[in-house]
Amino acid sequence: MSLCSFGVEPLSCHAWNKDRTQIALSPNNNIVNIFEKKGKEWVKIHELTEHTERITGIDWAPESNRIVTCASDRNAYVWSLKDEVWKPTLVLVRINRAATCVKWSPLENKFALGSGARLISVCYFEEENDWWLSKHIKKPLRSTILSLDWHPNNILLAAGSADFSCRVFSAYIKDIEDKPGPTAWGTKMPFGELMLEHKDSDGCGWVHSVSFSASGDQLAWVAHSSISVADAAKGKEVTHLTTDYLPLLSVLFVGPTEIVAAGHDCCPFQYTYKGPGALEFVKKLDMPKQSSKTTTSAMQHFRNLDKKATEEDSTKLDTLHQNSITQLCIVSGDKAKVEKYSSVGLDGAMVIWEFKH
Amino acid sequence: MSKNTVTARFRRVDVDEYDENKFVDEEDGGENQLGPDEGEVDSLIRQGNLMEALHAVLKNPPINTKNQNIKDRAEGLVLKVLSAFKSSDIEKGVQSLDRNGVDLLMKYIYKGFERPSENSSAVLLQWHEKALAAGGVGSIVRVLTARKTV
Repeated sequence: MSLCSFGVEPLSCHAWNKDRTQIALSPNNNIVNIFEKKGKEWVKIHELTEHTERITGIDWAPESNRIVTCASDRNAYVWSLKDEVWKPTLVLVRINRAATCVKWSPLENKFALGSGARLISVCYFEEENDWWLSKHIKKPLRSTILSLDWHPNNILLAAGSADFSCRVFSAYIKDIEDKPGPTAWGTKMPFGELMLEHKDSDGCGWVHSVSFSASGDQLAWVAHSSISVADAAKGKEVTHLTTDYLPLLSVLFVGPTEIVAAGHDCCPFQYTYKGPGALEFVKKLDMPKQSSKTTTSAMQHFRNLDKKATEEDSTKLDTLHQNSITQLCIVSGDKAKVEKYSSVGLDGAMVIWEFKH
Repeated sequence: MSKNTVTARFRRVDVDEYDENKFVDEEDGGENQLGPDEGEVDSLIRQGNLMEALHAVLKNPPINTKNQNIKDRAEGLVLKVLSAFKSSDIEKGVQSLDRNGVDLLMKYIYKGFERPSENSSAVLLQWHEKALAAGGVGSIVRVLTARKTV
C-alpha cells in the first residue's frame, strides 16, 4: 500500500493512462490535473481547463489515449493529445442538468454519460461531420444516474441511480457496430432495451456504484446500506447482503468471485460471491498499524483531560485514508485478476492497494 | 401595480402536485396490516414474559399502511414493552432478535425519539445503545433510508 497526497482538497475523480505512469485527477474544482510519476514523486505536467463548473467524472481510454471529462456545467469534452498538448473537443450531450459520471466503452468507440437530467447519454463519433453525437436512454429512469459500468461485450451498460434501482440497458448503436450476439442477459438488444431492473423493496437507498464481473455475467452494486449481486448465469437472481457499516460508495470486481468495496468508513472491504445466496463479507483490507503509544508526562495527561476531556492527543483515524473513499480504480491486472487497485478520497490522498488473491 | 395584490391564495397552491416528473413511490397493498396484536402483547407483559412480549410486539409491523392511527398504536405498544424491561435484561432481549428484528427495533426506537414523553427517552437510549452494538451503524443507515417506515 502506498499513499500519495495531492493536497488538502477532496479528489472528485481519477483515471490512469495505459501504462499507469500518468494519472488525471480533479481537486474538487473545474480543472483536471495530469501528474506524471518521476521517480518517487508525482509531478504535474498538464492542466486541462475548459470546464466552468466542478468536474464530476474523468475516464482515460488506454488504447486510443483519449480522455473524456464531464462536469456540472452540463458539458463533456473529449481530449486528444497533439504535440504534447491536450486539445478538447466538445461533445453534444444535450442534457439540461449536471453530468455525474462518464465511462469509455471497452472498445473505446463510444462512451456513456450519466446525468442529473434522468437520462444516460451514449456518445459516439460520427466520421462524416467530424463531431461527437449522442443518443439518449430515458425510460424508465426516474432520477439522477450515479454510476455506470460497461459489460465486456461493449453493448450492455449497467446504471445505478438515485431512484433506488440498478438497471442494465443495451447501448447498441447500429451506426458504428455490428449486431451483438446473445448473452446471458438477453438476446434482443435494441438501443435502450432494459435487460434488468432491480429495485430494493426495502428502500436500501441510492445505488452508488455498479461493477460488472470480468465475464460480464455477474453485476455487483452498492447502495446506502447493502451490497448486492445479480447473476445472469443463474437466471438473473439477485443476492443481497445488508451491511453493518457506513454507506459504501464504490465497488469493483477484482476476481471471478472477489469484490472490493469502499466508502464512508475510509477503508476497503472485501466480499466474496460464490453463487446465488452466497454473498459474504470477508475482511477489511486496511491493516491499521498499532500506533506506538508515546509516553506522555503526567502534566500532559492532566492538561489533556482538562482542556479536551480526552486522554489521548490523537485525532487521526486508524485507516490510511483520513476521510471517505469516493472512487476505486484498477491499476494493474484486469477484472479477472486485479493485482493493484487505487482509491481516492475526500482527504486529497490517492492510495494504491495490492490485492492478494 | 398589479391588480390582484389582495388575495394570497395562490401561495397555497402545491406546485409539486402539478409536476409531470414527480417521483411517486410504488404503493404496496398495505390495507391488511394491523400492527402487533394488543391483546396478546398485554397479556404477555402481565404474565411477566417480557422476551415473548418483545417478539410479539415486533410482529406485523405496520410498514405499508397509510393509516396513522395504526402506526401510533403500534409505537405506543412497543414503548410499553420496552419500558417494562429491566435494564439488565435489555441486552439479552436484543441478542434474541435476528438481523431484521434489530433493524425493526431501531426503527421503532427512532420513531419513539420523535415524540418524547415522560421517561421514554432514557429507556430508548438504553435500548439504542444495545441495539447499536448488535446492528452496527448499518442499522441506523437503514432507518434513515427506508422509504416505508414504521
